[in-house]
Amino acid sequence: MTPGDALEPQRYVVRRADLVRYAGASGDFNPIHWSDRVATSVGLPGVIAHGMFTMALAARAVGTWTDGAEVLELGCKFTNPVVVPDDDDGVVIDVGGTVKDVADGRATIALEVTCAGQKVLGMPKAVVRA
Amino acid sequence: MRFGGYFDSMPVDQTLIGRVFPATKPYAVSEERVREFVSATGGTYDGGAAPATFPIVLAFDAMNAFLESESIDLFRIVHGEQRFSYQRPVRPGDVLTATLSVASLRQIGGNDIIGTTSEITDQSGAVVCATSATLVHRGVDA
Repeated sequence: MTPGDALEPQRYVVRRADLVRYAGASGDFNPIHWSDRVATSVGLPGVIAHGMFTMALAARAVGTWTDGAEVLELGCKFTNPVVVPDDDDGVVIDVGGTVKDVADGRATIALEVTCAGQKVLGMPKAVVRA
Repeated sequence: MRFGGYFDSMPVDQTLIGRVFPATKPYAVSEERVREFVSATGGTYDGGAAPATFPIVLAFDAMNAFLESESIDLFRIVHGEQRFSYQRPVRPGDVLTATLSVASLRQIGGNDIIGTTSEITDQSGAVVCATSATLVHRGVDA
């Protein structure tokens, strides 16, 4: 990896059933991730993906790019909710990445995570052992 | 600060800043649990280290205990930010606990913005990962 390298964009589909499965695997049963009734009652447009689900997809992309390199740091803000409709198609999450810095055995990757062209994570970044 | 109905709608107490909550009960990381987590995000697991976001299982457990102790409704919480800093990857065989502390608390537009940090330690007491979260508590009138 060399600074400036653009990493191959990764694309993932997220459906309601994925959110239910993630709820079980993570222990996050917040009903805003499975109930439209509750989600809209707190002012959300509808059921949204767990922010940590989207972040897990970003981490998956990093694993693909780095052949599973050890992650030293990972972080982001959750700037826009990923609304996941109750249909068979779900939504598409695109993860892009650029190598920012490689030094002292650490590579820093700036990520761009979008849904329908809109950024959903703020300043997502990973640092991996290089 | 708002007064009318404040305590009904805004239960988050300012004296929480700096408070350290009891460690979560030990969580034994197994290959099955890691596989479940990996499968739930569309990947396949062939053994070895858990995914980077796996420690959220521990941090979430600690957050739930915190919310319960403060009578804050989970459904009013939206995740604002999450950061992890790792000493080493989590692996099956680890027995982990998380200790949450409240780092910051502010109010913006009727929402409470709660900053927490959770330290995740293994059975030897060594820190595996430190993670910080910003939780947005949506006020009733927000």
